[in-house]
Amino acid sequence: MSKQELLLLDCGVSPFCGRVRIALAEKGVEYESKEENVLGGKSELLLSSNPVYKKVPVLLHNGKPLCESSIIVQYIDEAWPSPPLLPTSPYERAQARFWGDFIEKKLFDGGSKIWKSKGEEIEVAKKEFIETLKQLEGTLGDKDFFGGENFGFVDILLIPLTTWFYAYEKFGDFKVEEECPKFSTWVKRCNQRENVVKALPEPEMVYEVVLMLRKMHGVE
Amino acid sequence: MADEIVLLSTWPSMFSMRVRVALAEKGLEYEYREEDLWNKSPLLLKMNPVHKKIPVLIHNGKPICESMIIVEYIDEVWNHKSPLLPTDPYQRAEARFWADYVDKKLYDIGKKIIWSTKGEEQETGKKEFIECLKLLERELGDNPYFGGENFGFVDVSLVTFSCWFHTYESYGNFSIETECPKLIAWTKRCLEKESVSSSLADPHKIHDFASGMRKRFGIE
Repeated sequence: MSKQELLLLDCGVSPFCGRVRIALAEKGVEYESKEENVLGGKSELLLSSNPVYKKVPVLLHNGKPLCESSIIVQYIDEAWPSPPLLPTSPYERAQARFWGDFIEKKLFDGGSKIWKSKGEEIEVAKKEFIETLKQLEGTLGDKDFFGGENFGFVDILLIPLTTWFYAYEKFGDFKVEEECPKFSTWVKRCNQRENVVKALPEPEMVYEVVLMLRKMHGVE
Repeated sequence: MADEIVLLSTWPSMFSMRVRVALAEKGLEYEYREEDLWNKSPLLLKMNPVHKKIPVLIHNGKPICESMIIVEYIDEVWNHKSPLLPTDPYQRAEARFWADYVDKKLYDIGKKIIWSTKGEEQETGKKEFIECLKLLERELGDNPYFGGENFGFVDVSLVTFSCWFHTYESYGNFSIETECPKLIAWTKRCLEKESVSSSLADPHKIHDFASGMRKRFGIE
């Protein structure tokens, strides 16, 4: 088989890009990465590869673009079937997709409200965010991973978002470990995996980015 | 053992209709239960505790939620006929992308047209809505369906909005056929399919429903 060309239009602090980096690492697939300046000036390649949203990540496989991180992760799972990221049974796959969708709808925007808000709004945002984490804790139960015994699709979608939690904790004045200890344990378990650690930025670095975003949004 | 399939639904919901189309495409019998969203049944609250929304598919007692996740589940379980997703991973990713685009954009933008009083918000909603439909029309191209030669996943995600078109047009004061003739030709083509025509609500009944809701919310 000829060498396959994989190019990831990437951004270090983006948790959405982090998902794709982890998925590719799990499959042992080599790829090239091109860091995009998402705030300063998006490349022509990005704009032409993702004309609908103009966002990262975009994975170009032999020149053909794939957009939307959750969809890219599913593509990676189907194009390189081993090891599987989604369960085999249709019902469990539907549950995995459901929780992936839940995470998509709630977590990043919910967390953003904490650092974008002022005054009393911060408390409201914080409560909603913790509620979301508790719901995720509920579905995790006593399992090692959301995928069960094995690190999988939901774990991959969720773990990069946790690099932004330090920033939320600073601005919301709370600790995830105190509010949701089981969730914290899962985060630590994931962070023992080499593919996760190598793919994700330090939370302190993300915090610096959030500080900059707050200025841009006129929050401080 | 025969499959027991129950669909928790409301008749005007374009999301519920997607599931009905998929079930009809697969030739499946099921029990239809109409929910009153002002007085949700204990079964709905038990089967979808996270979002408390319809549609919910209950297959042999186990719930699946979120309309396109349900459609994908149906496609995987009953894979004996009428495949809705293609087999090629890249084409599957493209199908998921466009169904996700319909999900992200159309309902929320359409709401601005129907549920706001005349003014800037409604005008903006109308412009954005037409832009979305034009983009989808370009994506359709000269194919009979979004799935290519065959009716598929993206067609299911979008066609159920067509019975709401008359309502959008009426409150937004515009003609979708004038703006997007190819798309309207596509809806007519889809309506020739029994699975679609038997699943979609009557556009005039939808309009009466919307009118009733607007009065209830004091918009009319």
